[in-house]
Amino acid sequence: MKKNIFKLTAFTLAAATAALSFTACGKDSSAKDSKSYSIVNVSYDPTRELYVAYNEAFKAHWESEHDSTVEITQSHGGSGKQALEVANGNPADVVTLALEYDVKAVEDAGLIEPGWIDEFPLDSSPYTSTIVFLVRKGNPKNIQDWGDLVRDDVGIITPNPKTSGGARWNHLAAWAWAQREYDNDETKVLDYIKKLYANVLVLDSGARGATNSFVENKQGDVLLAWENEAFLSLQEYPDEYEIVTPSISILAQPSVAVVDSVVDKNGTREVATEYLNYLYSEEAQRIAGENFYRPSNETVLAEFSDVFDLDLDLVTIDDFGGWDEAFEKHFADGGLFDQIYEQ
Amino acid sequence: MKKKVRIIPGFGLSMGVTLTLLGLIVLIPLASLIVFTAKMSFSDIIEVITRPRVVASFRVSLLTALIASLVNAVMGVVLAWVLVRYDFPLKRLLDGMIELPFALPTAVAGISLTSLYADSGFMGKLFGKFGIKVAYTRFGIIIALIFIGIPFVVRAVQPVLEKLDPLYEEAAGILGASRTKIFWKIILPELRPAIFTGFGLAFGRCLGEYGSVVFIAGNQPFETEITPLIIMSELQEYDYSSATAIALVMLAAAFLILFLVNLIQIHNSKILKGGH
Amino acid sequence: MAAEAKAAPVLAREGSTDIHEQTKGSKSVKWLLIALSVLFLFVMLVLPLITVVSEAFKKGFSSYTEAISADDTQSAVWLTLEATVIAVIINTVFGLFAAWAVTKFRFKGKKLLVTLIDLPVTVSPIIAGLIYVLTFGRQSAIYPFLEAHDLRVVYAVPGIILATVFVTFPFISREVLPVLEAQGTDEEEAAAMMGAKGLTIFRKITLPHIKWALLYGIVLCAARAMGEFGAVSVLSGHLRGQTVTLPLQVEILFGDNKYVPAFAVSSILVVLAVILLILRSIVEYIGKRKGQR
Repeated sequence: MKKNIFKLTAFTLAAATAALSFTACGKDSSAKDSKSYSIVNVSYDPTRELYVAYNEAFKAHWESEHDSTVEITQSHGGSGKQALEVANGNPADVVTLALEYDVKAVEDAGLIEPGWIDEFPLDSSPYTSTIVFLVRKGNPKNIQDWGDLVRDDVGIITPNPKTSGGARWNHLAAWAWAQREYDNDETKVLDYIKKLYANVLVLDSGARGATNSFVENKQGDVLLAWENEAFLSLQEYPDEYEIVTPSISILAQPSVAVVDSVVDKNGTREVATEYLNYLYSEEAQRIAGENFYRPSNETVLAEFSDVFDLDLDLVTIDDFGGWDEAFEKHFADGGLFDQIYEQ
Repeated sequence: MKKKVRIIPGFGLSMGVTLTLLGLIVLIPLASLIVFTAKMSFSDIIEVITRPRVVASFRVSLLTALIASLVNAVMGVVLAWVLVRYDFPLKRLLDGMIELPFALPTAVAGISLTSLYADSGFMGKLFGKFGIKVAYTRFGIIIALIFIGIPFVVRAVQPVLEKLDPLYEEAAGILGASRTKIFWKIILPELRPAIFTGFGLAFGRCLGEYGSVVFIAGNQPFETEITPLIIMSELQEYDYSSATAIALVMLAAAFLILFLVNLIQIHNSKILKGGH
Repeated sequence: MAAEAKAAPVLAREGSTDIHEQTKGSKSVKWLLIALSVLFLFVMLVLPLITVVSEAFKKGFSSYTEAISADDTQSAVWLTLEATVIAVIINTVFGLFAAWAVTKFRFKGKKLLVTLIDLPVTVSPIIAGLIYVLTFGRQSAIYPFLEAHDLRVVYAVPGIILATVFVTFPFISREVLPVLEAQGTDEEEAAAMMGAKGLTIFRKITLPHIKWALLYGIVLCAARAMGEFGAVSVLSGHLRGQTVTLPLQVEILFGDNKYVPAFAVSSILVVLAVILLILRSIVEYIGKRKGQR
């Protein structure tokens, strides 16, 4: 009896160890063989299409200049969640997240060295975006600006700022408009924001979820969306939606960084750094533009001047005193967002 | 049965394997949750779990899970009754379908229920005619939870119903009791432990359900935000302590429900053994 | 639970035919209840399945085959199968030993043990994922050890397997346990007293009793393992082509605005689920017939 049971147990253990070593080996072989690199890019939700295209371009670029090949593995999800997973050990060589605050979370976990924001040009943000409104064709509710969002007959779709990076930009853009409109009268601004959230029908956990609720499941009259998300929906259903650019919005600066502790361990620093550097090349900037991100390169941006509304009045996160201050005030537990829903 | 000496071999071995695997896979990981929460002071834990949004999510989760499990308790008894007592075409098919919610991934269920019950979906339109919104309301959550909980009550009641001694029913029938009366006075009391068992398991499962609910819920704080979603959102804010504190409450609830269920089940298995 | 029915269905079957004659009673009630059941199952179970299939073929057969033959989908299929097979093996070993320990011996704390074994059924999948992240992630005390040996558990395949084992942990013991309990210990005791070895007792006496319950448990375990979403989602890291199982692939495609492929991949899972349920029915059917002999 014992023999057989030991066999069984041994088999189970063997199966478990085999599985355990499976991934370890996979990583080993790629790290030891200098002829082929494998890097992981952990990114946020709406960049899925961008990085599919960019990875192709980068692969070609790298392999034409080096005697080695490179494989890139993508991971997408809510920006905050993605940062948390990296902080917890998801082996990202580079992170390309929705906002500086999320990259800082990885830094705080001790994986990225301080000063990363100056490692690449323009505060390590190779492309930017902004927040616009996506409405149904013909704009039946006549939504032109932030002020229209609090009308009683308007239903809004926006993701949850607690979980979604994009939603935080939405929230701050609305705040910026209200501050200008009510001349910095904090009570009135807060009142406006309260009304705005009272009109929200679905509060999805991520930007993509919100887009799905609006586009696929036909909820609400207006979607507060990343500019690139709005354009993507428009591209897919040109006859059903249109984009409304509000009078004021926010300059959303997605941040990129090399995850130092991971690249040092995997020996991938060179390729990972080049991966992010090449984002600033004209080719990559054009890919960003084609995927409806605003290129940071002025020449390339000019090529897309017919796509983007370049006269849009944009505030930046610095107007809110930087991310730490903005987060503490608006989105932390017990912050403004919580108060709005608690009444 | 009272033997001091264990005659059957293998106690040490089987206990060893059981405890080892249980420890490695369930207990040690669960303990890490408790260790993590223990880093917080008691008052901090209380503060986290009494936040209005968290309390509201407990309420939403409890309410929707309760309603869904009640619906499943009633429908579970009906289904079990139909499957045991009646013969009709396609009965086998019906019987085989019951476990589908086990086998179908919750995410798939969520996506397909949402597209079905959204305003533009088939069932959504149907309910829309009566002015009822299903998707993105608590009603939607309940629908998803009913789906998840279907198998529990049916599969708990079915075997008991099959084993139920027909003598009593016959006797009561001969004595002139009406069929409704027979059901309420004789059959239902016998089924009660099984119904509670199934109800308890379904309730526990529904409380923790995440995959199918997030798609259909709308996730509005205070309205349609369930507790697992709060945990997710605390995690996404890097707030591990809050997440684990709330998780601990849910864990305690899960344990309590199960303990009650197992108490009832011991009673239940006495009936199953046919103690008469 | 359901396996209890298979333990001794004979009497019940005969008994219930008697009842049929006696209390068959009003046909209208019978058909009303049947109609209610069919309607309920149709709306709650069949309609969602039809939705999956019809959405999957919305854009024709070729885009369907294209979707399911994509590289990422293929690797998701393999990962799902790997996790399922390992989960079934581990849980079978565990289920048999646990059921043997619980039913053949008396000891203190049995109720607690049974409750702990069942716990994973009611633990939220999110928490299931979370506890592994806490145990094996960077927050954990053993992380430095794991890292030194290049062992990755969370955000890698082992974590996915562990999570799958966790959510299906009690499935097999739950099926086997009641059958062994109903059977009692007399036969084993007699055999042991006559000098039979443990394995012989198990093979000759116990196994024939629990064979069908065991198979039934395996099928259920496999079905549930394939479909696990919440727990796996927490600790997968969503590394495409590496740590993405079929349910996660569905979520990813859905997020990519690729609805047809999302439902196409869902349909793979639906087909697998249906196959397993048919297997389950066959097992149950044979089990019942064998039980009659």
